[in-house]
Amino acid sequence: MAKTAAEYFENLRESRVWRSIFRSGTGTSTLHRSLAIQQNIFLHLFSTKVRRRMLNFSATWYLGTLTFGTFVILVVTGILLMLYYHPSVPQAYADTKDLQFVVSSGLFLRNLDRWSAHAMVLLVFAHMFKVFYRGAYRPPREFNWVIGVVLLLLTLLLSYTGYLLPWDQLAFWAITVGSNIASAVPLLGNKIHFLLLGGNLVNANALLRFYVLHCMILPLAAFFFIGIHFWRIRKDGGLYTQQSEPAAVRPQPVGKEAQ
Amino acid sequence: MTDPPSKDKKDFVTGVDSNARKSPRRVVFVTRRTSAQVKAVDEDQVQTFPEVLFRALVAIEVLSILLVWIALLFNAPLEGVADPSHTPNPAKAPWYFLGLQEMLHYFPPVVAGVLVPTLVIIALIVIPYFNINIEAEGLFLQDRQSRLRICYVVAVAMSLFLTYFHVYVALVPTLIVIAFMLLAAQSSPQSASPFRRYLAAQPLSYWIMTWFLFELVVLTVVGTFFRGPGWSWVWPWRN
Ligand code: HEM
Repeated sequence: MAKTAAEYFENLRESRVWRSIFRSGTGTSTLHRSLAIQQNIFLHLFSTKVRRRMLNFSATWYLGTLTFGTFVILVVTGILLMLYYHPSVPQAYADTKDLQFVVSSGLFLRNLDRWSAHAMVLLVFAHMFKVFYRGAYRPPREFNWVIGVVLLLLTLLLSYTGYLLPWDQLAFWAITVGSNIASAVPLLGNKIHFLLLGGNLVNANALLRFYVLHCMILPLAAFFFIGIHFWRIRKDGGLYTQQSEPAAVRPQPVGKEAQ
Repeated sequence: MTDPPSKDKKDFVTGVDSNARKSPRRVVFVTRRTSAQVKAVDEDQVQTFPEVLFRALVAIEVLSILLVWIALLFNAPLEGVADPSHTPNPAKAPWYFLGLQEMLHYFPPVVAGVLVPTLVIIALIVIPYFNINIEAEGLFLQDRQSRLRICYVVAVAMSLFLTYFHVYVALVPTLIVIAFMLLAAQSSPQSASPFRRYLAAQPLSYWIMTWFLFELVVLTVVGTFFRGPGWSWVWPWRN
Protein backbone atom coordinates (compact mmCIF):
# COMPACT_ATOMS: atom_id res chain seq x y z
CA MET A 1 0.00 0.00 0.00
CA ALA A 2 1.47 3.28 -1.07
CA LYS A 3 1.27 6.04 1.44
CA THR A 4 -0.13 9.36 0.37
CA ALA A 5 1.95 12.51 0.64
CA ALA A 6 -0.35 13.69 3.39
CA GLU A 7 0.39 10.56 5.42
CA TYR A 8 4.11 11.05 5.00
CA PHE A 9 3.69 14.60 6.18
CA GLU A 10 1.69 13.46 9.21
CA ASN A 11 4.42 10.94 10.07
CA LEU A 12 7.00 13.65 9.76
CA ARG A 13 5.02 15.88 12.10
CA GLU A 14 4.89 13.05 14.64
CA SER A 15 8.63 12.51 14.65
CA ARG A 16 10.53 13.46 17.75
CA VAL A 17 12.72 15.99 15.97
CA TRP A 18 9.79 17.80 14.37
CA ARG A 19 7.97 17.92 17.68
CA SER A 20 11.00 19.37 19.38
CA ILE A 21 10.99 22.22 16.86
CA PHE A 22 7.31 22.95 16.45
CA ARG A 23 5.37 23.31 19.64
CA SER A 24 1.97 22.58 18.17
CA GLY A 25 1.85 18.79 18.29
CA THR A 26 0.30 16.60 15.66
CA GLY A 27 -3.15 15.72 14.52
CA THR A 28 -5.64 16.98 12.03
CA SER A 29 -8.15 18.27 14.53
CA THR A 30 -9.18 21.90 14.39
CA LEU A 31 -7.38 22.45 17.67
CA HIS A 32 -4.09 21.12 16.35
CA ARG A 33 -4.39 23.05 13.14
CA SER A 34 -5.06 26.23 15.10
CA LEU A 35 -2.07 25.51 17.31
CA ALA A 36 0.11 25.05 14.23
CA ILE A 37 -0.51 28.72 13.48
CA GLN A 38 -0.68 30.11 17.00
CA GLN A 39 2.39 28.39 18.35
CA ASN A 40 4.71 29.49 15.56
CA ILE A 41 6.46 32.82 15.91
CA PHE A 42 6.12 33.60 12.20
CA LEU A 43 2.76 32.05 11.44
CA HIS A 44 1.08 33.58 14.46
CA LEU A 45 1.05 36.82 12.49
CA PHE A 46 -1.90 35.26 10.70
CA SER A 47 -5.27 34.35 12.10
CA THR A 48 -5.96 30.67 12.62
CA LYS A 49 -9.09 30.78 10.49
CA VAL A 50 -10.17 32.83 7.51
CA ARG A 51 -13.45 33.29 5.69
CA ARG A 52 -13.66 30.78 2.89
CA ARG A 53 -14.85 33.22 0.25
CA MET A 54 -11.80 35.44 0.79
CA LEU A 55 -9.75 32.58 -0.66
CA ASN A 56 -11.49 32.94 -4.00
CA PHE A 57 -9.22 34.23 -6.67
CA SER A 58 -11.62 37.07 -7.43
CA ALA A 59 -11.42 38.42 -3.86
CA THR A 60 -7.79 39.58 -3.94
CA TRP A 61 -6.38 38.10 -7.16
CA TYR A 62 -3.69 36.93 -4.68
CA LEU A 63 -1.79 40.09 -5.53
CA GLY A 64 -0.49 40.74 -2.01
CA THR A 65 0.62 37.12 -1.71
CA LEU A 66 2.36 37.30 -5.07
CA THR A 67 4.08 40.57 -4.13
CA PHE A 68 5.40 38.77 -1.07
CA GLY A 69 6.48 35.90 -3.33
CA THR A 70 8.58 38.19 -5.50
CA PHE A 71 10.10 39.68 -2.36
CA VAL A 72 11.19 36.24 -1.15
CA ILE A 73 12.68 35.39 -4.57
CA LEU A 74 14.53 38.70 -4.53
CA VAL A 75 16.00 38.08 -1.10
CA VAL A 76 17.26 34.64 -2.12
CA THR A 77 18.67 35.62 -5.53
CA GLY A 78 19.99 38.88 -4.07
CA ILE A 79 21.98 37.13 -1.36
CA LEU A 80 23.47 34.73 -3.91
CA LEU A 81 24.43 37.64 -6.17
CA MET A 82 26.10 39.41 -3.25
CA LEU A 83 28.57 36.52 -3.01
CA TYR A 84 30.06 37.54 -6.36
CA TYR A 85 29.77 41.30 -6.23
CA HIS A 86 32.03 44.09 -4.94
CA PRO A 87 30.44 47.53 -4.66
CA SER A 88 33.44 49.42 -5.97
CA VAL A 89 34.34 51.17 -9.20
CA PRO A 90 35.15 49.66 -11.67
CA GLN A 91 35.09 46.20 -10.01
CA ALA A 92 31.28 46.27 -9.84
CA TYR A 93 31.00 46.24 -13.61
CA ALA A 94 33.62 43.51 -13.96
CA ASP A 95 31.75 41.40 -11.39
CA THR A 96 28.50 41.87 -13.27
CA LYS A 97 30.24 40.79 -16.48
CA ASP A 98 31.62 37.75 -14.66
CA LEU A 99 28.14 36.89 -13.45
CA GLN A 100 27.01 37.15 -17.01
CA PHE A 101 29.75 34.99 -18.55
CA VAL A 102 31.86 33.18 -15.93
CA VAL A 103 29.94 32.27 -12.77
CA SER A 104 27.87 29.14 -13.27
CA SER A 105 24.20 30.06 -13.32
CA GLY A 106 25.27 33.66 -12.73
CA LEU A 107 23.40 34.80 -15.79
CA PHE A 108 20.27 33.01 -14.62
CA LEU A 109 20.55 34.46 -11.10
CA ARG A 110 20.96 37.96 -12.41
CA ASN A 111 18.07 37.58 -14.86
CA LEU A 112 15.80 36.20 -12.14
CA ASP A 113 16.69 39.02 -9.76
CA ARG A 114 16.13 41.65 -12.43
CA TRP A 115 12.82 40.36 -13.76
CA SER A 116 11.48 39.63 -10.29
CA ALA A 117 12.27 43.21 -9.30
CA HIS A 118 10.23 44.50 -12.24
CA ALA A 119 7.46 42.05 -11.36
CA MET A 120 7.43 43.22 -7.75
CA VAL A 121 6.96 46.86 -8.76
CA LEU A 122 4.13 45.90 -11.10
CA LEU A 123 2.50 43.64 -8.53
CA VAL A 124 2.70 46.14 -5.68
CA PHE A 125 0.92 48.74 -7.82
CA ALA A 126 -1.66 46.18 -8.91
CA HIS A 127 -2.21 45.12 -5.29
CA MET A 128 -2.71 48.73 -4.22
CA PHE A 129 -5.31 49.42 -6.91
CA LYS A 130 -7.08 46.13 -6.21
CA VAL A 131 -7.28 46.98 -2.50
CA PHE A 132 -8.57 50.43 -3.38
CA TYR A 133 -11.24 49.25 -5.81
CA ARG A 134 -12.63 46.77 -3.34
CA GLY A 135 -12.78 49.51 -0.74
CA ALA A 136 -10.56 47.61 1.68
CA TYR A 137 -8.91 50.77 3.02
CA ARG A 138 -11.96 51.41 5.20
CA PRO A 139 -11.69 51.56 9.00
CA PRO A 140 -10.27 49.80 10.90
CA ARG A 141 -7.85 49.19 8.05
CA GLU A 142 -6.78 52.84 7.55
CA PHE A 143 -3.41 52.37 9.08
CA ASN A 144 -2.70 49.17 7.21
CA TRP A 145 -3.32 51.15 4.04
CA VAL A 146 -0.77 53.72 5.24
CA ILE A 147 1.71 50.93 5.96
CA GLY A 148 0.96 49.78 2.42
CA VAL A 149 1.93 53.19 1.06
CA VAL A 150 5.22 52.90 2.99
CA LEU A 151 5.74 49.47 1.42
CA LEU A 152 5.05 50.92 -2.02
CA LEU A 153 7.74 53.54 -1.50
CA LEU A 154 10.16 50.95 -0.10
CA THR A 155 9.56 48.75 -3.13
CA LEU A 156 10.28 51.62 -5.52
CA LEU A 157 13.41 52.57 -3.59
CA LEU A 158 14.63 48.97 -3.49
CA SER A 159 14.26 48.68 -7.23
CA TYR A 160 15.78 52.09 -7.85
CA THR A 161 18.87 51.49 -5.68
CA GLY A 162 19.38 48.10 -7.32
CA TYR A 163 19.35 49.74 -10.73
CA LEU A 164 22.75 51.37 -10.14
CA LEU A 165 24.61 48.26 -9.01
CA PRO A 166 25.64 46.81 -12.43
CA TRP A 167 27.52 50.09 -13.01
CA ASP A 168 26.88 50.09 -16.75
CA GLN A 169 25.75 53.02 -18.89
CA LEU A 170 22.08 52.19 -18.34
CA ALA A 171 22.54 52.19 -14.56
CA PHE A 172 24.69 55.29 -14.40
CA TRP A 173 22.45 57.53 -16.47
CA ALA A 174 19.18 56.30 -15.04
CA ILE A 175 20.41 57.17 -11.56
CA THR A 176 21.85 60.47 -12.77
CA VAL A 177 18.50 61.45 -14.28
CA GLY A 178 16.59 60.29 -11.20
CA SER A 179 18.83 61.81 -8.57
CA ASN A 180 18.88 65.17 -10.35
CA ILE A 181 15.21 65.46 -9.44
CA ALA A 182 16.27 65.62 -5.79
CA SER A 183 18.17 68.83 -6.56
CA ALA A 184 14.86 70.47 -7.44
CA VAL A 185 13.62 70.35 -3.85
CA PRO A 186 13.40 73.97 -2.70
CA LEU A 187 16.18 75.17 -0.37
CA LEU A 188 17.52 71.73 0.62
CA GLY A 189 17.72 70.27 -2.90
CA ASN A 190 21.47 70.28 -3.34
CA LYS A 191 22.05 69.05 0.19
CA ILE A 192 19.70 66.10 -0.33
CA HIS A 193 21.33 65.35 -3.65
CA PHE A 194 24.75 65.36 -2.01
CA LEU A 195 23.56 63.19 0.88
CA LEU A 196 22.02 60.66 -1.50
CA LEU A 197 25.09 60.33 -3.71
CA GLY A 198 27.89 61.10 -1.27
CA GLY A 199 29.11 63.66 -3.79
CA ASN A 200 27.89 65.97 -6.50
CA LEU A 201 27.93 63.29 -9.17
CA VAL A 202 27.09 59.61 -9.35
CA ASN A 203 30.45 58.11 -8.37
CA ALA A 204 32.03 55.38 -6.26
CA ASN A 205 30.51 56.83 -3.08
CA ALA A 206 27.06 56.75 -4.62
CA LEU A 207 27.57 53.12 -5.59
CA LEU A 208 28.53 52.20 -2.02
CA ARG A 209 25.56 54.11 -0.56
CA PHE A 210 23.13 52.52 -2.96
CA TYR A 211 24.62 49.10 -2.19
CA VAL A 212 24.17 49.53 1.55
CA LEU A 213 20.61 50.80 1.06
CA HIS A 214 19.78 48.06 -1.43
CA CYS A 215 21.26 45.11 0.45
CA MET A 216 20.81 46.14 4.09
CA ILE A 217 18.65 49.03 5.09
CA LEU A 218 15.76 48.82 2.67
CA PRO A 219 15.30 45.02 2.84
CA LEU A 220 15.29 45.17 6.64
CA ALA A 221 12.77 48.00 6.57
CA ALA A 222 10.64 46.05 4.10
CA PHE A 223 10.73 42.93 6.33
CA PHE A 224 9.71 45.03 9.30
CA PHE A 225 6.79 46.70 7.56
CA ILE A 226 5.60 43.53 5.81
CA GLY A 227 5.51 41.94 9.28
CA ILE A 228 3.31 44.73 10.60
CA HIS A 229 1.21 44.64 7.41
CA PHE A 230 0.41 40.92 7.86
CA TRP A 231 -0.18 41.20 11.59
CA ARG A 232 -2.54 44.13 11.06
CA ILE A 233 -4.66 42.03 8.68
CA ARG A 234 -5.35 39.66 11.58
CA LYS A 235 -5.88 42.48 14.06
CA ASP A 236 -8.24 44.27 11.70
CA GLY A 237 -10.48 41.23 11.58
CA GLY A 238 -9.26 39.51 8.46
CA LEU A 239 -9.73 40.63 4.91
CA TYR A 240 -12.36 43.19 4.07
CA THR A 241 -15.45 41.46 2.75
CA GLN A 242 -18.02 44.04 1.82
CA GLN A 243 -17.55 45.37 -1.69
CA SER A 244 -16.94 44.45 -5.27
CA GLU A 245 -17.69 40.83 -4.89
CA PRO A 246 -20.18 39.16 -7.15
CA ALA A 247 -23.63 39.45 -5.58
CA ALA A 248 -23.94 35.68 -5.59
CA VAL A 249 -21.29 35.25 -2.93
CA ARG A 250 -22.46 38.06 -0.67
CA PRO A 251 -23.72 36.84 2.70
CA GLN A 252 -27.42 36.09 2.70
CA PRO A 253 -29.65 37.95 5.14
CA VAL A 254 -29.87 36.29 8.52
CA GLY A 255 -33.42 35.05 8.03
CA LYS A 256 -32.51 32.93 5.06
CA GLU A 257 -29.26 31.71 6.53
CA ALA A 258 -30.83 30.19 9.63
CA GLN A 259 -32.44 27.11 8.19
CA MET B 1 -33.70 40.74 9.75
CA THR B 2 -36.00 42.20 12.39
CA ASP B 3 -37.68 45.52 11.92
CA PRO B 4 -36.30 48.45 13.86
CA PRO B 5 -38.32 49.06 17.03
CA SER B 6 -41.23 51.38 16.41
CA LYS B 7 -40.89 54.96 17.61
CA ASP B 8 -43.78 55.15 20.07
CA LYS B 9 -42.89 52.11 22.20
CA LYS B 10 -40.19 52.24 24.83
CA ASP B 11 -37.57 49.74 23.92
CA PHE B 12 -35.81 49.57 27.26
CA VAL B 13 -36.66 49.38 30.93
CA THR B 14 -35.24 51.70 33.50
CA GLY B 15 -35.03 51.22 37.22
CA VAL B 16 -32.32 48.64 37.16
CA ASP B 17 -29.26 49.93 38.89
CA SER B 18 -26.18 50.04 36.73
CA ASN B 19 -23.85 50.46 39.67
CA ALA B 20 -21.88 47.24 39.82
CA ARG B 21 -21.03 47.68 43.50
CA LYS B 22 -24.64 47.97 44.55
CA SER B 23 -26.26 45.44 42.32
CA PRO B 24 -23.90 43.00 40.71
CA ARG B 25 -26.38 42.01 38.05
CA ARG B 26 -25.86 43.93 34.81
CA VAL B 27 -28.58 44.58 32.32
CA VAL B 28 -28.11 45.31 28.67
CA PHE B 29 -29.88 48.49 27.72
CA VAL B 30 -31.37 48.18 24.30
CA THR B 31 -31.91 51.70 23.07
CA ARG B 32 -33.50 52.63 19.78
CA ARG B 33 -30.24 53.07 18.00
CA THR B 34 -28.62 49.85 19.00
CA SER B 35 -29.88 46.41 18.40
CA ALA B 36 -29.32 43.38 20.53
CA GLN B 37 -29.28 41.21 17.48
CA VAL B 38 -25.92 40.23 16.09
CA LYS B 39 -26.15 41.26 12.48
CA ALA B 40 -22.98 39.59 11.25
CA VAL B 41 -23.55 36.33 9.50
CA ASP B 42 -21.62 33.31 10.61
CA GLU B 43 -19.51 32.69 7.59
CA ASP B 44 -18.00 29.55 6.35
CA GLN B 45 -14.43 29.56 7.63
CA VAL B 46 -11.39 27.46 6.87
CA GLN B 47 -8.24 26.77 8.84
CA THR B 48 -5.21 28.83 7.87
CA PHE B 49 -3.15 25.67 8.30
CA PRO B 50 -3.19 23.93 5.93
CA GLU B 51 -5.71 25.48 3.54
CA VAL B 52 -4.57 29.10 3.24
CA LEU B 53 -0.87 28.40 3.49
CA PHE B 54 -1.20 25.72 0.84
CA ARG B 55 -2.97 28.06 -1.56
CA ALA B 56 -0.48 30.86 -0.95
CA LEU B 57 2.32 28.38 -1.61
CA VAL B 58 0.75 27.25 -4.88
CA ALA B 59 0.27 30.87 -5.99
CA ILE B 60 3.90 31.72 -5.22
CA GLU B 61 5.02 28.47 -6.88
CA VAL B 62 3.20 29.33 -10.11
CA LEU B 63 4.68 32.82 -10.06
CA SER B 64 8.17 31.41 -9.47
CA ILE B 65 7.84 29.02 -12.39
CA LEU B 66 6.76 31.89 -14.61
CA LEU B 67 9.65 34.11 -13.49
CA VAL B 68 12.23 31.30 -13.81
CA TRP B 69 10.94 30.67 -17.31
CA ILE B 70 11.27 34.37 -18.20
CA ALA B 71 14.76 34.44 -16.66
CA LEU B 72 15.80 31.48 -18.80
CA LEU B 73 14.47 33.05 -21.99
CA PHE B 74 15.38 36.71 -21.65
CA ASN B 75 18.67 38.22 -20.53
CA ALA B 76 18.80 41.26 -18.29
CA PRO B 77 20.31 44.21 -20.17
CA LEU B 78 23.96 45.02 -19.61
CA GLU B 79 25.55 47.87 -21.52
CA GLY B 80 29.09 49.22 -21.60
CA VAL B 81 30.79 50.32 -18.39
CA ALA B 82 29.50 53.56 -16.88
CA ASP B 83 31.05 56.54 -18.62
CA PRO B 84 30.25 59.98 -17.18
CA SER B 85 31.68 61.72 -20.27
CA HIS B 86 29.34 60.00 -22.69
CA THR B 87 25.65 60.81 -22.23
CA PRO B 88 23.25 58.49 -24.03
CA ASN B 89 20.38 60.22 -25.79
CA PRO B 90 17.80 59.91 -24.39
CA ALA B 91 18.95 59.11 -20.84
CA LYS B 92 15.98 57.37 -19.26
CA ALA B 93 15.14 56.59 -15.65
CA PRO B 94 13.79 53.10 -14.75
CA TRP B 95 10.39 52.50 -16.37
CA TYR B 96 8.30 53.14 -13.23
CA PHE B 97 9.70 56.68 -13.09
CA LEU B 98 9.18 57.44 -16.78
CA GLY B 99 5.73 58.91 -16.09
CA LEU B 100 7.54 61.43 -13.88
CA GLN B 101 10.22 61.99 -16.48
CA GLU B 102 7.54 62.59 -19.10
CA MET B 103 6.09 65.31 -16.85
CA LEU B 104 9.54 66.83 -16.37
CA HIS B 105 9.44 67.41 -20.09
CA TYR B 106 6.56 69.88 -19.65
CA PHE B 107 6.91 71.34 -16.17
CA PRO B 108 9.83 72.69 -14.13
CA PRO B 109 11.47 70.10 -11.85
CA VAL B 110 10.04 71.64 -8.67
CA VAL B 111 6.54 70.97 -9.97
CA ALA B 112 6.93 67.67 -11.82
CA GLY B 113 9.68 66.16 -9.70
CA VAL B 114 8.86 67.36 -6.20
CA LEU B 115 5.38 68.85 -5.87
CA VAL B 116 3.41 66.27 -7.86
CA PRO B 117 4.99 63.13 -6.30
CA THR B 118 4.63 64.63 -2.82
CA LEU B 119 0.97 65.43 -3.43
CA VAL B 120 0.34 61.95 -4.84
CA ILE B 121 1.85 60.29 -1.75
CA ILE B 122 -0.11 62.56 0.60
CA ALA B 123 -3.29 61.92 -1.38
CA LEU B 124 -2.77 58.15 -1.14
CA ILE B 125 -2.14 58.31 2.60
CA VAL B 126 -5.23 60.36 3.41
CA ILE B 127 -7.72 58.30 1.36
CA PRO B 128 -8.98 56.21 4.30
CA TYR B 129 -9.27 59.21 6.61
CA PHE B 130 -12.06 60.98 4.77
CA ASN B 131 -15.63 60.01 5.48
CA ILE B 132 -16.61 60.76 1.93
CA ASN B 133 -14.36 57.89 0.85
CA ILE B 134 -15.71 55.62 3.58
CA GLU B 135 -19.36 56.17 2.72
CA ALA B 136 -18.54 56.18 -0.99
CA GLU B 137 -21.94 57.27 -2.29
CA GLY B 138 -22.39 57.63 -6.04
CA LEU B 139 -21.01 61.04 -6.93
CA PHE B 140 -24.08 62.36 -8.74
CA LEU B 141 -26.77 60.74 -6.61
CA GLN B 142 -27.06 63.85 -4.41
CA ASP B 143 -26.89 67.56 -5.27
CA ARG B 144 -26.64 66.53 -8.88
CA GLN B 145 -26.87 70.04 -10.34
CA SER B 146 -24.24 71.71 -8.19
CA ARG B 147 -21.87 68.76 -8.38
CA LEU B 148 -22.23 68.69 -12.14
CA ARG B 149 -21.39 72.38 -12.21
CA ILE B 150 -18.22 71.81 -10.16
CA CYS B 151 -17.36 68.95 -12.49
CA TYR B 152 -17.66 71.24 -15.52
CA VAL B 153 -15.50 73.94 -13.91
CA VAL B 154 -12.77 71.45 -12.99
CA ALA B 155 -12.91 69.89 -16.46
CA VAL B 156 -12.54 73.22 -18.27
CA ALA B 157 -9.80 74.43 -15.90
CA MET B 158 -7.79 71.23 -16.29
CA SER B 159 -8.20 71.16 -20.07
CA LEU B 160 -7.05 74.79 -20.37
CA PHE B 161 -4.11 74.15 -18.07
CA LEU B 162 -2.96 71.04 -19.93
CA THR B 163 -3.46 72.67 -23.33
CA TYR B 164 -1.54 75.75 -22.27
CA PHE B 165 1.47 73.60 -21.38
CA HIS B 166 0.93 71.37 -24.46
CA VAL B 167 0.48 68.26 -22.31
CA TYR B 168 -1.81 66.57 -24.83
CA VAL B 169 -0.62 63.18 -23.58
CA ALA B 170 -2.29 63.87 -20.24
CA LEU B 171 -5.21 65.77 -21.76
CA VAL B 172 -6.59 62.75 -23.63
CA PRO B 173 -7.05 60.51 -20.54
CA THR B 174 -8.51 63.48 -18.65
CA LEU B 175 -11.13 64.09 -21.34
CA ILE B 176 -12.02 60.40 -21.52
CA VAL B 177 -12.52 60.18 -17.74
CA ILE B 178 -14.61 63.37 -17.81
CA ALA B 179 -16.76 61.94 -20.60
CA PHE B 180 -17.49 58.91 -18.42
CA MET B 181 -18.27 61.18 -15.46
CA LEU B 182 -20.81 63.06 -17.54
CA LEU B 183 -22.32 59.76 -18.61
CA ALA B 184 -22.47 58.79 -14.92
CA ALA B 185 -24.30 62.06 -14.18
CA GLN B 186 -26.90 61.07 -16.77
CA SER B 187 -27.27 57.61 -15.26
CA SER B 188 -29.04 56.45 -12.13
CA PRO B 189 -29.50 53.23 -10.17
CA GLN B 190 -32.64 52.74 -12.27
CA SER B 191 -30.86 52.94 -15.63
CA ALA B 192 -31.57 50.10 -18.00
CA SER B 193 -27.97 49.24 -18.82
CA PRO B 194 -25.91 47.55 -16.09
CA PHE B 195 -22.85 49.55 -17.12
CA ARG B 196 -24.65 52.84 -16.49
CA ARG B 197 -25.99 51.58 -13.17
CA TYR B 198 -22.36 50.75 -12.32
CA LEU B 199 -21.18 54.24 -13.33
CA ALA B 200 -23.94 55.92 -11.34
CA ALA B 201 -22.82 54.14 -8.17
CA GLN B 202 -19.19 55.30 -8.35
CA PRO B 203 -18.01 57.77 -5.69
CA LEU B 204 -15.64 60.71 -6.06
CA SER B 205 -12.59 58.71 -4.91
CA TYR B 206 -13.26 56.18 -7.68
CA TRP B 207 -13.13 58.89 -10.34
CA ILE B 208 -9.96 60.48 -8.99
CA MET B 209 -8.18 57.15 -8.55
CA THR B 210 -9.24 55.92 -11.98
CA TRP B 211 -8.02 59.15 -13.54
CA PHE B 212 -4.72 58.74 -11.66
CA LEU B 213 -4.34 55.12 -12.79
CA PHE B 214 -5.14 56.06 -16.38
CA GLU B 215 -2.60 58.93 -16.38
CA LEU B 216 0.01 56.75 -14.69
CA VAL B 217 -0.32 54.06 -17.36
CA VAL B 218 -0.46 56.47 -20.32
CA LEU B 219 2.46 58.65 -19.18
CA THR B 220 4.59 55.61 -18.34
CA VAL B 221 3.87 53.94 -21.67
CA VAL B 222 4.58 57.16 -23.57
CA GLY B 223 7.82 57.75 -21.66
CA THR B 224 8.93 54.16 -22.19
CA PHE B 225 8.06 53.55 -25.83
CA PHE B 226 7.29 56.84 -27.54
CA ARG B 227 10.24 58.99 -26.56
CA GLY B 228 13.52 59.12 -28.49
CA PRO B 229 16.53 61.45 -28.81
CA GLY B 230 16.00 64.81 -27.10
CA TRP B 231 12.75 63.41 -25.69
CA SER B 232 11.16 63.81 -29.12
CA TRP B 233 8.12 61.79 -30.09
CA VAL B 234 8.92 58.51 -31.88
CA TRP B 235 6.74 55.65 -33.04
CA PRO B 236 8.10 52.46 -31.50
CA TRP B 237 7.23 50.35 -34.56
CA ARG B 238 9.22 52.56 -36.97
CA ASN B 239 12.85 51.48 -37.59
C1 HEM C 1 5.70 44.85 -0.29
C2 HEM C 1 4.50 45.19 -0.54
C3 HEM C 1 3.23 44.52 -0.05
C4 HEM C 1 3.02 43.22 0.36
C5 HEM C 1 4.02 42.07 0.41
C6 HEM C 1 1.62 43.13 0.72
C7 HEM C 1 0.99 41.96 1.13
C8 HEM C 1 -0.36 41.86 1.41
C9 HEM C 1 -1.09 40.62 1.56
C10 HEM C 1 -0.49 39.22 1.41
C11 HEM C 1 -2.37 40.94 1.83
C12 HEM C 1 -3.49 39.93 2.02
C13 HEM C 1 -4.57 39.99 0.98
C14 HEM C 1 -4.24 40.35 -0.42
O1 HEM C 1 -3.44 39.64 -1.05
O2 HEM C 1 -4.78 41.35 -0.89
C15 HEM C 1 -2.47 42.38 1.90
C16 HEM C 1 -3.60 43.10 2.21
C17 HEM C 1 -3.67 44.48 2.24
N1 HEM C 1 -2.75 45.35 1.69
FE1 HEM C 1 -0.88 44.85 1.14
N2 HEM C 1 1.02 44.36 0.56
C18 HEM C 1 1.95 45.23 0.08
C19 HEM C 1 1.75 46.56 -0.27
C20 HEM C 1 0.56 47.24 -0.07
C21 HEM C 1 0.28 48.57 -0.57
C22 HEM C 1 1.20 49.39 -1.46
C23 HEM C 1 -0.97 48.90 -0.11
C24 HEM C 1 -1.77 50.17 -0.32
C25 HEM C 1 -1.32 51.35 -0.40
C26 HEM C 1 -1.45 47.79 0.68
C27 HEM C 1 -2.65 47.77 1.36
C28 HEM C 1 -3.23 46.63 1.86
C29 HEM C 1 -4.46 46.60 2.61
C30 HEM C 1 -5.31 47.81 3.04
C31 HEM C 1 -4.74 45.26 2.85
C32 HEM C 1 -5.94 44.70 3.62
C33 HEM C 1 -6.97 44.32 2.63
C34 HEM C 1 -8.20 43.77 3.29
O3 HEM C 1 -8.38 43.93 4.50
O4 HEM C 1 -9.01 43.18 2.57
N3 HEM C 1 -0.51 46.79 0.67
N4 HEM C 1 -1.22 42.92 1.62
